[in-house]
Amino acid sequence: MSTHQHSFDERFEFAGKAKTISLVAIVIGVVGILAGFIGGDKGIQNTFSNLLLMSYYFVGVCVAGVFFLAYNYVAQAGWSVAFLRIPQALARVLGIAAVILLVVIVAGLLMKHEILEEGKKVMAPYLYAHWATPGLTDKNSEHFDAIITGKSAFLNIPFFIGTIIVLLGLYTWFGKLLVDYSNNEDQLGGMFNYNKSFKISAIFLTVFGFTFPVYAFGAVMSLEAHWYSTMFGWYNLAAAHVSGLAVIALILIVLKQNGYFSWVNESHMQDLGKLIFGFSIFWTYVWFAQFFLTWYANIPEETVYFYKRWEPQYKWWFWLNIVLNFVAPLFLLMKNDDKRSLNRMKLACIIIIIGHWLDYYMMIMPGTIEKEHMFDIVEFAQDMAIFAGFAGLFTYLTLTALSKFNSLIPKKHPFVEESLHHHIQ
Amino acid sequence: MSSTKYILGCFDDPDLLMDGITKLQKNSVPIYDVYSPMPIHGIEDKLGVKESRLGYAAFCFGCLGATVIFSIVYYTLVHDWPMNIGGKPNFAIPNFVPFTFEWTILFTAFGMVLTFFFATHLFPGRAPRVMDLRATDDRFVIAISAKGNTPHDDITRLLKEAGAVEIKHNERKYVSYE
Repeated sequence: MSTHQHSFDERFEFAGKAKTISLVAIVIGVVGILAGFIGGDKGIQNTFSNLLLMSYYFVGVCVAGVFFLAYNYVAQAGWSVAFLRIPQALARVLGIAAVILLVVIVAGLLMKHEILEEGKKVMAPYLYAHWATPGLTDKNSEHFDAIITGKSAFLNIPFFIGTIIVLLGLYTWFGKLLVDYSNNEDQLGGMFNYNKSFKISAIFLTVFGFTFPVYAFGAVMSLEAHWYSTMFGWYNLAAAHVSGLAVIALILIVLKQNGYFSWVNESHMQDLGKLIFGFSIFWTYVWFAQFFLTWYANIPEETVYFYKRWEPQYKWWFWLNIVLNFVAPLFLLMKNDDKRSLNRMKLACIIIIIGHWLDYYMMIMPGTIEKEHMFDIVEFAQDMAIFAGFAGLFTYLTLTALSKFNSLIPKKHPFVEESLHHHIQ
Repeated sequence: MSSTKYILGCFDDPDLLMDGITKLQKNSVPIYDVYSPMPIHGIEDKLGVKESRLGYAAFCFGCLGATVIFSIVYYTLVHDWPMNIGGKPNFAIPNFVPFTFEWTILFTAFGMVLTFFFATHLFPGRAPRVMDLRATDDRFVIAISAKGNTPHDDITRLLKEAGAVEIKHNERKYVSYE
């Protein structure tokens, strides 16, 4: 078994059809956003909700890349070295994703429109209206809200934006360190950079584990600020992680089918498939834990969240979420042979990526837009256009980042031989 | 007619054992089985061992576990003696999820252990039988059924050439730890 038939110096070239399609997708997205902004109040609201959804999804996938790198270093895993460049590319893009999310959040907080709040007119921002509307925390205001005032130590604009800048900045910085160490390792060899990666990964995981829920509480849970769930952070972590894994696997499969990553074998795919399978079930577990306790306790301030999602506009989407994110991967990836089949894995990954779009949709939309029908073709077209735009932007940025690496495998990673020989029964 | 039932080639090195397997296969000597105190990478593929069907057993046991507990709880709490618990409907599916999930795992885990015991003839209280006692310690053993057509001397010679430290002509298949 010779492992040196592969050319490790091969660089990824981002050009041709992939580049064209991703640029066209970005144009579609921009058209979708512009169409929303000329579509009146309802259109602008839908645009902002979709922008938040997609930029949050984008950040989640990139953060999952850093997370993947970190736990593989900490576990001293060897098998994943073969395709470590893909999560590294995600880590490189995280900074841009974070800036986009921040721009969307700030714009959503600054742009206001007039709404009726309990019969009284008020200028509310398009995003986070439940807590960022002026007067909610002012005792003399007619809009005074005691619950929001109680939460205002966390839910006030400077602290809110500050938290998001600091946390995403930290994650980006950790991701950059891990990529830089790997690049240094390629030039110098030896264990020095690996040991540093190990240490920084351990620190990152500690920081990330405690702070990611805070980020999720702020960025998405606070859209419905009267409601809270302590499971929400883990639920979002599970969603970000499994969708990140699906994206990593999908990029790997597509590139492999286009002649790159010739050294990635069935065993790598099976292990990656196991992670996707396992974390799909983990996502379901957290999703159900949140739902079940709320349903069982039946406390009005908690059930309001699910009540809204059980109204006719959302009920079918609510259950479709479980079908796409639990039932589909459960049966598509159960057997060994299924995880080893590139096409089967590709199908499962695409379903999971769509499924988690729906998952985020179910988190964000009921709290931000007034949906009248279960399916509205104009709304849906705009959702899809913005999805396409972000998918194109993501593809463009990630593949550009990937093409900047000198080789598609970290050649001098101490476990590179182990990974090339990876073989499981 | 020799009374030898099995010829065992004992090696003290897994690489030599792998060479021995190659040699025997080249000479078309069918190998009955190979015993090793530790896992040897890639040996299943080399010997053409069929893929384990343990996964199918696990799936069936999982389904069984889910069905059993679902039926029990349905019978006791919905059919036979419905109770009002927290004003919830008697047959509320969300309630059924946690224990169905747990019993699926429980039955899968126990079922896999039982299947493994059954397949390997290992039961608690039963002294295990092996073809060579040192195969669980420091010897790597190739077992060849002596009823093949190849003359026994040829097999012995092949094993010796491959570097076997000891070659046994056993008249009984197993030795017991008793």
